[in-house]
Amino acid sequence: MSSVNDWAAPNPVTTNRSGIIGKPVDRYEGPLKVTGTAPYAYEVQPPSPPAYGVMVGASIAVGRIAAVDTAEAEAAPGVLTVWTHLNVPAQPARGTKAHPRSTQGSKPAFESDRVTYWGQPVALVVADTLENAVAASHLVRLTYEAETPDVDFRARLADAGQPLGEQDMEVGDFDGGFAASAVKLDETWVTPIQNHCQMEPCASVVWWEGDKCVAHTSIQMVKPAQHGLAETLGIDRDAVHLLTRYIGGGFGGKGQTYDDLTLAALAARALGRPVKVAFTRQQMMHGTIHRPATVMRVRLGAEKDGRLNAFSIMTWTHCHKEGSFTEHASNFARALYAAPNRLTGHRLIKLDLPHAGPMRAPGEASGTMSLECAMDELAEQLGLDPVELRIRNEPPVDPENGRPFSQRQLVRCLKEGAQLFGWDRRLPTPGLVRDGRWLVGMGMAAAIRGNFLLPAKCSFSVDADGVITVRQGMTDIGTGTYTVLAQIAAETLGVTLGEVRVEIGDSELPPAPGSGGQFGAASAGSAALAAGMNLRRAIAELATGDPNSPLYGDDPTLVTFQDGVVAIENKSETLATLIRRAAPAGLTIEGDSRPAADMREWSTQTYGSHYCEVGVDTVTGEVRVRRMLGVFAAGRILNYKTARSQLTGGMIWGVGSALTEGNVVDPRYGSLINQDLAQYLVPVQADIGELDAIMLDEVDDKANPMGVKGVGELGNSGAGAAVANAIYNACGVRVRDYPITPDKLLAGLIAKGL
Amino acid sequence: MKAFTYERASDAKAAVRAAAETPGARFIAGGTNLLDLMKLEIEQPQHLIDVSRLPMAGIEETATGGLRLGAAATNSAVSADERVRARYPVLSEAILAGGSPQLRNKASVAGNLLQRTRCAYFYDTSKPCNKRQSGSGCGALEGLNRNAAIFGASDACIATHTSDMAVALTALCADIETLTPSGDARRFPLADLHRLPGETPHIETHLIAGELITAVVLPPPPPGAQAYRKVRDRASYAGGLASVAVAGGQVALGMVAHKPWRAEAAEAALSSGASASEAIAQELAGASPLGRNDFKIPLVARLATAVITDVAGRAA
Ligand SMILES: Cc1cc2nc3c(=O)[nH]c(=O)nc-3n(C[C@H](O)[C@H](O)[C@H](O)COP(=O)(O)OP(=O)(O)OC[C@H]3O[C@@H](n4cnc5c(N)ncnc54)[C@H](O)[C@@H]3O)c2cc1C
Ligand code: SF4
Repeated sequence: MSSVNDWAAPNPVTTNRSGIIGKPVDRYEGPLKVTGTAPYAYEVQPPSPPAYGVMVGASIAVGRIAAVDTAEAEAAPGVLTVWTHLNVPAQPARGTKAHPRSTQGSKPAFESDRVTYWGQPVALVVADTLENAVAASHLVRLTYEAETPDVDFRARLADAGQPLGEQDMEVGDFDGGFAASAVKLDETWVTPIQNHCQMEPCASVVWWEGDKCVAHTSIQMVKPAQHGLAETLGIDRDAVHLLTRYIGGGFGGKGQTYDDLTLAALAARALGRPVKVAFTRQQMMHGTIHRPATVMRVRLGAEKDGRLNAFSIMTWTHCHKEGSFTEHASNFARALYAAPNRLTGHRLIKLDLPHAGPMRAPGEASGTMSLECAMDELAEQLGLDPVELRIRNEPPVDPENGRPFSQRQLVRCLKEGAQLFGWDRRLPTPGLVRDGRWLVGMGMAAAIRGNFLLPAKCSFSVDADGVITVRQGMTDIGTGTYTVLAQIAAETLGVTLGEVRVEIGDSELPPAPGSGGQFGAASAGSAALAAGMNLRRAIAELATGDPNSPLYGDDPTLVTFQDGVVAIENKSETLATLIRRAAPAGLTIEGDSRPAADMREWSTQTYGSHYCEVGVDTVTGEVRVRRMLGVFAAGRILNYKTARSQLTGGMIWGVGSALTEGNVVDPRYGSLINQDLAQYLVPVQADIGELDAIMLDEVDDKANPMGVKGVGELGNSGAGAAVANAIYNACGVRVRDYPITPDKLLAGLIAKGL
Repeated sequence: MKAFTYERASDAKAAVRAAAETPGARFIAGGTNLLDLMKLEIEQPQHLIDVSRLPMAGIEETATGGLRLGAAATNSAVSADERVRARYPVLSEAILAGGSPQLRNKASVAGNLLQRTRCAYFYDTSKPCNKRQSGSGCGALEGLNRNAAIFGASDACIATHTSDMAVALTALCADIETLTPSGDARRFPLADLHRLPGETPHIETHLIAGELITAVVLPPPPPGAQAYRKVRDRASYAGGLASVAVAGGQVALGMVAHKPWRAEAAEAALSSGASASEAIAQELAGASPLGRNDFKIPLVARLATAVITDVAGRAA
């Protein structure tokens, strides 16, 4: 019998005998979601009527709360309690870990009178109804001693320093190589702050069952949330049961908990009844993390034939004064193109802005917006096709560390994309294709995103009906985790999808890393495969050891699992018959997975190409995407439907990044200006046109036993650059300050005499 | 949201009577604007009088060959009306350029005219805003005001009126009909409905408190073709950066002022034979941009020139 740790051996997923692996089956939880019956955290029905907590955000960016007047709020109808830093229940100091192995320390709410960012939650009103709580929240009077916020990123670039513990990565002699290059490019790009804007804002409902805290919250990673809450409440970790069954989008913004969870738990304890607390859409913008702005300087030095001789991308970015998050927008470039002389690094400035943090494809999403446009510009200088320029700089091994690539089909992605898209019809000279008032152009970009595998556990059960239940402390943030786990279980145990149940999003289930960094399916799925293999072995041994089984006495390693039947040659019985007879209480077994010992000997990435056609309205500077195609190589695809949806979703994000998305800071207040979805513009249906994502056949057997890699973030990488390059090809204007809104493009059109 | 009381008016007269008698009363139609603002406590009515089901949702011919649009007619109904589409295509196009189908299904003619600005500082109750709180200052004036007015603004307020429909109605020289709190019917040009901000940006119209809009009356369409075009950051479901409505020789601009902006200088120039671009240059001579919204000058110039030229070409 194959073991999952024995990666070379075939396993059910790689054999895929029933063909269910990869099949574009519908979402496991789809019917619940489209009928509105999947309870998201705030909709979970607690055992008794809940009270409603509403948070109040600070209306200064930095300073202290000088005076608090909650009398009016407390006297308002239905109000049960009003908390600020003055009367919030005591919580262990930030970062406290009573349990040394907690993955997250205490995160107290309302720590002190100190305000360190605009919108920081500073008060909580709890009332009998949501309406009463909201109304009373407007009656909390806080007086501040405000300090001048230090928030102007662009003005503070010169003060940015090396992020703690980091160094620039230099290979060869960049300066010398750049100076000696025949063709040079040196340009700077700017990306704005982005907000995650998940459909579902962060929300929690918490109640206590005796000493046990039951918390439903919207979170990407269950274990750290459970640990963090226990540490914050000063209770045993097992005394927190944290659940997150359905999540309306995470994108990295729900990789950590916020005060909604802490306050709901504290208030539920204090009031002795369930409490719900949610962020409003407006509060999400400041009160949770954001993707920080970047300034990226790209320098490319090439020989006349296009081979890069010198390559540099340096990123300036910002984080909260007390934070350390760095948007590593230069990192991805280290594995992308060959060049003997290389310099990449980051500079960080700490500001009185809300907390910066990871957002879908952190690093790549911003970084490709500069480098992949720089490559386009360089191609033009060289008189080379942008696809050809990339192919000429294809490295045989990882250009930074010399490691072999586990799999690298970037060139195939580029070539197949070009062919399918009709790239040969692109005219290299901008501004030549007119369609009425539109100038039409094509652009492309490469996509790359790292691949990770994190340790995970999973349990598999079989019951007397032959139904397989997968249990894992994993999450599904809308990506398809439920579905792919069901597919892995069905293939591994030889049953139909209808005979598989999946229970995830629960801290009492075997721990998994959760969803993030596009490591979810690979990490959780590998553990599921391991558990499935262990259950196969247990079932095989049960059958061959049971005198009443037709398989009795045979070699358990020869047992096959298919169509709900366990068999050895022509001896067989159904799984249900076997279990009902030999193990009527069912069997449950765990499995786990972790990265292979040699994982670090390989450079493992996911790759892709984006091709885009846009129209630029020469009168108004409006840009509309006409069609877009992505071709991706990301290991074995577990479900073509959910994977495609991830990739196209990422591409759409790229369209937003190029054209509309971004928040702006009013430096007088230190606050973000766009606070709802009428002001913060993400693409709508009409913005997208024709869009497709194609996945190449690939199995990356160095990645994990299933040969699977991630797709959740890859689609985002490079997509925006393809749009920007298409704009240039359409009208000859380069805007390097994203998003490329009509006002910016119009200035370029006018300057060109258009 | 502040607690409020609610009644459904039985007829228009009862609605204005209730408005006159109840302190802090407001009409509500589709609620797509008012309710959002109430949730944020930007609007705090004590009493709502629902006028959405009053018998004023019809669209009917007038004796002079125009159309009367009932104040409670939905934006969807008006934009889809055969007569509107045939005779007032600029109106249909303008409505369809606004919001989303869901919003247009709820939004009423009167509510659309009276929708409030989308200025980000108006929406953020932690920032000063003279429109929201008279005398508190204008957060946008020295702030991020890319979408601010270029015509008729004051230091007290630089916000724009964001209705698309109203721009088309302005170009069509529509009138509005109302019922005053004392129960009298009034009729006056739509151009006289909205005010410029001056020192009192919180007072947005010339309506008497508690006056009910009952209809919008369209005169017969002017000779010539019509068109509406709106410039926006994304393809749908976004407020405009600028818009232009042209109906024959009548031109109105949107998102450039505190009210739909009738381009009278441009119209005069056009009628005396100026080219489209000369005419719009005349209009823009009166504009005063603020820096971040400077782009609106060339944008409006190019947009209006293109649409006026296009309409003239189609008429010929
Ligand atoms: C996300 C979003 C995007 C939008 N985008 C656009 C856009 O692109 N273009 C655009 O033009 N609009 C847009 N809108 C605004 C939308 O058109 C308005 O919200 C809508 O037209 C208001 O109509 P309503 O009937 O819902 O008004 P309500 O919200 O019911 O009322 C609005 C105001 O009108 C008053 N009122 C209503 N009826 C009467 C009456 N008969 N007499 C006197 N006063 C009355 C109310 O008291 C209130 O002050 C958008 C709105 C939203 C929420
Ligand atoms: S421009 Fe008008 S609406 Fe905007 S902040 Fe100033 S006063 Fe308020």
